Amino acid sequence: MKIDLKTNIKAIIARSYVRIVAANREPSWWFTETLLPILSTAAYVYVYKALNAPEEYTGFVILGGTMSAYWIHVLWSMAAQFYWEKEIGNLELYMIAPISRMSILLGMASGGMFLATTRAVFIFLVGSLIFKVDFAIISLPKLFAVFVLTLVGLYGLGMLFSSLFMLYGREAWHGVTLLQEPVHLMSGFFFPVRNLGFAVALGASLIPMTLGLDAMRQLAFKTGAKSGFISADVEIAALVGLCVLFLVVSKYALEYMEKLGKKEGRLTLRWQ
Amino acid sequence: MNLAVETFDLNRTFKLKKAKNKGENGNNNGKLIALENANIKIHQGELFGLLGPNGAGKTTLIKILATLLLPTSGTGLVDGIDVVKYPEKVRKKINMVSGGEHCGYGILTVRETLWMFSQFYGIATKVAHRRIDELLKILKMEEFAKTKIGKLSTGLRQKLNFMRGFVCDPKIMFLDEPTLGLDVQIARDVRIYIRTWMKENPERTVLLTTHYMAEADELCDRVAIIDKGRVLVCDSPQNLKKSLAGEAVFYIEIPLSVNGMEKFGQIPGVKQFAYEHKSHLGRTELKFILEEESAISNVTESLSGNGSKIISLSKMEPSLEDVFVALVGRGLKNEN
Repeated sequence: MKIDLKTNIKAIIARSYVRIVAANREPSWWFTETLLPILSTAAYVYVYKALNAPEEYTGFVILGGTMSAYWIHVLWSMAAQFYWEKEIGNLELYMIAPISRMSILLGMASGGMFLATTRAVFIFLVGSLIFKVDFAIISLPKLFAVFVLTLVGLYGLGMLFSSLFMLYGREAWHGVTLLQEPVHLMSGFFFPVRNLGFAVALGASLIPMTLGLDAMRQLAFKTGAKSGFISADVEIAALVGLCVLFLVVSKYALEYMEKLGKKEGRLTLRWQ
Repeated sequence: MNLAVETFDLNRTFKLKKAKNKGENGNNNGKLIALENANIKIHQGELFGLLGPNGAGKTTLIKILATLLLPTSGTGLVDGIDVVKYPEKVRKKINMVSGGEHCGYGILTVRETLWMFSQFYGIATKVAHRRIDELLKILKMEEFAKTKIGKLSTGLRQKLNFMRGFVCDPKIMFLDEPTLGLDVQIARDVRIYIRTWMKENPERTVLLTTHYMAEADELCDRVAIIDKGRVLVCDSPQNLKKSLAGEAVFYIEIPLSVNGMEKFGQIPGVKQFAYEHKSHLGRTELKFILEEESAISNVTESLSGNGSKIISLSKMEPSLEDVFVALVGRGLKNEN
């Protein structure tokens, strides 16, 4: 298929616009997407304080709470999104449009990154100020690279899930629910992942958040390197690989699921 | 004349989750035959109607032509392009509006929604906004341009979905029951717009599915009547109605009577018979297509003999619905 780049870029911008607008148009969303995560993050901070854990652990928790905003968004607004699009009638409109379906996913992802960042920044700033987190950044460029790669990898994973869940109804919903909390544990959102043991941490590294959080802990806190699972440089290289893997696989998964849906007549079938 | 749509022996079968017994609706060994050897030709510039009851195969045909569904066998061409082999080329020429459907996201305004969908077709923002202004004006939605679509009424959201289909100005438009569930005034606005849009450019083509026969009669250059996946007949509404010219069509209203309706079809001189219960009015409307007018006496005698009081009796000019009744032996609303 010859790709009309201009039209596809317009499609990416248009689809991302929905989420960029959504970031501020509904004030009530701020409450659920920022205040509630801050409360759950604070609970972990107080647990560590009660246990007299090293000061860095407060920073680990704030970092985990910040990145949690992205994980929740990837699950509910990326992975399950095509299911919702199908239910509300948008999916078939995307499917008859003369654009690559990847443009829709990229639009959802880029707009979603912006939306989640507004929440993440709020959680990060408020959490850091309230709990007086002491950062000791070792390399700002590397830290920034890890952050960006983690987001790209995460949203790439979200695009892959979105493709796979396109044909499913309630199974998609349950699948997302099943992923949410186990990944919070396995990726070490609120503690160094090496505490789970090498084998578990290695397995959990398929989720970009695991490597991203571990590398960010190493690069942003004084004693972070000691708590690292593997070196930050190796994690950066692995994140690059995961980004490429998820973006490429999601493209093929999307094409396969679309063909299957058209063959079985399930592409626009609702209320499954 | 160029063909906008052409199908060759198009078939589509759906697997059913649980195998059911062989039935009349093409339900055979766990398979549902939605479309059976459908052959249609729609000329460029034509407003073509596809008429049939619910489940006739109208939407299946449109979904195949709109590249949303693969046929089990057969070929479909849109503007001469194979919908299975080159779906991406077909998509540049088409759009689709399904009645009763909504589109977009509740958080966006009407204007933003239309702009967003226009971008999927690569339309320049300036051009898109000009078209949006025109559509808002013609379809009397100007005052809602800045309203979030989550706050629109159901009818207005359907109207928005209709505008969404036209904002990208396709060459071939598929309208699947576009006035379904709309109130009389909005449905009228929609029909007027379809006619105006067609007149503006002779290259534009519309395939309209509906089970409102009057709508098809009013709008369409030609219609095909489809039932149980088969295209039964295809001609202009005038010619189809002329085919019943030698026959007499009578409407009779009797008090609501649910049982034993089938026997009225056996009355001598009755060619076809259909009925519709109007529970809210406490009446049953009977439609008789008679071989000749004099057979009406047999009908009235039979009704009297049955103890049914005749509330009203009128002779009508044949309509497209009568053509449907004559072809399939039942009305659009009764599935007997």
